[in-house]
Amino acid sequence: MDFTLNEEQLMFAETARTLFADSCTPDHWRRMMEAGTARDDARWASIVETGLTLVLLPESAGGIGLTETDFALITQEAGYVALPEPLVESAGVAAPMLAALAPDHVVLSDPLATIAIAHPANPYIANADSAAAILLERDGEAYLATPDQVTLTAQASIDPFRRLFSIEWNVENATPLGKADWDLALDRAALFNAAMGLGLAQRAVDLAVDYAKERQQFGKPIGSYQAVKHHLASAQVAIEFAKPVVAAAAAEIGHRDVQSRARISHAKLVALEAADKAARTSIQVHGAMGYSWEVDVHLFLKRALALTQTWGTPAYHRARIAARLFTQPMGPDQTFARESDNA
Amino acid sequence: MDLTYTPQQQAFREEVRAWLEAHVPAQPLEHYDATREGFEAHRAWEKTLQSGDWGMVTWPKEYGGRGLDLIQWLIFEEEYARAGAPGRVGQNGIFLLGPTLIEFGSHEQKQRFLPPMASGEEIWAQAWSEPQAGSDLAGVRATCAADGDDYILNGHKIWSSRAVFADWAFGLFRTPGTERHKGMSLIFFPLTAPGVTVNPIRKINGHVGFAEIFLEDVRVPAFNRLGDEGQGWHICMATAGFERGLMLRSPARYQVAAAKLADLWQTRRETADPMLEADVIRAHMNAEAYALSIYQTASRLMAGARIGPEASTNKIFWSEMDIHLHQTALSILGTEAELIPPPGGHDWLDDYIFSLAGPIYAGSNEIQRNIIAERMLGLPR
Repeated sequence: MDFTLNEEQLMFAETARTLFADSCTPDHWRRMMEAGTARDDARWASIVETGLTLVLLPESAGGIGLTETDFALITQEAGYVALPEPLVESAGVAAPMLAALAPDHVVLSDPLATIAIAHPANPYIANADSAAAILLERDGEAYLATPDQVTLTAQASIDPFRRLFSIEWNVENATPLGKADWDLALDRAALFNAAMGLGLAQRAVDLAVDYAKERQQFGKPIGSYQAVKHHLASAQVAIEFAKPVVAAAAAEIGHRDVQSRARISHAKLVALEAADKAARTSIQVHGAMGYSWEVDVHLFLKRALALTQTWGTPAYHRARIAARLFTQPMGPDQTFARESDNA
Repeated sequence: MDLTYTPQQQAFREEVRAWLEAHVPAQPLEHYDATREGFEAHRAWEKTLQSGDWGMVTWPKEYGGRGLDLIQWLIFEEEYARAGAPGRVGQNGIFLLGPTLIEFGSHEQKQRFLPPMASGEEIWAQAWSEPQAGSDLAGVRATCAADGDDYILNGHKIWSSRAVFADWAFGLFRTPGTERHKGMSLIFFPLTAPGVTVNPIRKINGHVGFAEIFLEDVRVPAFNRLGDEGQGWHICMATAGFERGLMLRSPARYQVAAAKLADLWQTRRETADPMLEADVIRAHMNAEAYALSIYQTASRLMAGARIGPEASTNKIFWSEMDIHLHQTALSILGTEAELIPPPGGHDWLDDYIFSLAGPIYAGSNEIQRNIIAERMLGLPR
């Protein structure tokens, strides 16, 4: 039993943090929003160059074959900067799925290419227009198509960097790839979005803390008042008790049992609840400024709002937790128990 | 990262389970705060526990422990809660003072105080708060005046849990003439010493679980002072870390309660408010999140880290989770919730009333939020 991260994992996360801090500031987003773009090619190239998109790909598909724990740490950092590019969907979900089905596929040989995924859990596909290919599902089988082989209809999201599309497509125009593991795709997406939620939440708190130290009212920084302190402390508590759930969910995802699915669902629920709570708290602490377009907090709120409902609604994830709670033995000796041990 | 128990850890769990199955009293004991008989029945249980060397497993062997690590401690606590073993009447000593003594005490002090603490021969109460020093603990006025090799203690302490029946107390006193955080010392005194008067205070559940203590020229040897004179505040903050953090509130009891709540829900779901299922699931999630957090903290501490302000986030989380869990149970019970004695003998009502103390003791949750805001987030005082 060892619930700590190793040096390499911490270093990789640090690398991602530095890269994102330099290349994904609020100024960067604002330029993208004005230009109406959702992808910064230079930033994506540096993400690819650093190897962040290769973490989950097996070595046979040109990847570095690390674990979900490693990738979750990276997506947490991506959340901290509300990264516009589809790192989770492409590098965390779609590329590993394609690599499992067709490790030599040509799309995988282009490191800059992103892959979108039309998962049955989601009515809309994120960032499908800029993808080199889209993974599609019919009767459990996976298919691959390019954006021009399908009909995409844009559905604007309140998050300007989530370009959503509904899709119509014909099996004849897509390449069949065989039976795919859609459950694993959902588990990974839920996990990585949970990790992203931790980053969104912490940034929202940090922005509010910075503001509360500076902003003066009644002759004192507003952060010296208990009402403000307690709001922020409550948000931080929510973050602190989502973190270990996300970490455990990442470590256990490979078990593929009722416990690992419940843990992932738990992680997604509480991490995005923490993000929502932190973002709303941050807006409140910023006062009228927090309700303005000019202050950056709203993007974190909007991303949290979107991620809360995608890749399984809260009701879906609660039901997966209930499945464990009401069918498995429960109690203090069951924290790390497995379905196979209890069978 | 490896979230599986080693074969040794599993074997340890089996050993604890087997011992507890053979020794835990079949009938629940009367509550230790209710009567002297209940208190003494719990003391007898502590002696039984220590006869198997289970009194305080993380302490060094020479002081009555087993020298086990924190993961083994968590396993022990899980099995203890799972077996429904009696509440720890010595908790203020074993979970708070004990670890503090191990960190700050001399070898002679450890030898003198730890073994009888682990065996229940000497049961301890905490004597920190005063009528004018609650959340503002640095306002303590009780004094310790040096007199040769002794101290003369004077003052008025209050809200001391277990003090009505306990044997010893560890109190916070100040050198006469000092102010605030400076000049405080942590000093032990027998509750039976001449000059000590203990007046029981009834709690909202009717029990006499806490007391006020009057000290009038109580003479104790300087040997009873933990750490240096004037180091009391520093030592108390370390103790408070244990109190708010993982020692006093190990996760297992919440997991037992959450599992019982899930059972209660399953037997009542046909008639109960369907909205409550989300709360039942939430109670389980909270208990599990707390357990995971404590395992993570234990791993970090074993790797050499020290407990920090996370003691404050813990305290807020467990106290709020405890109330939510028990409120959910009472909501499921509906019109039965208020009945005394409870039909079928459940503990939900008693435990709910107890849970309401959680956000107050060990430093109110308002104080904990201040600590988080100032020490974790860096907001100005």
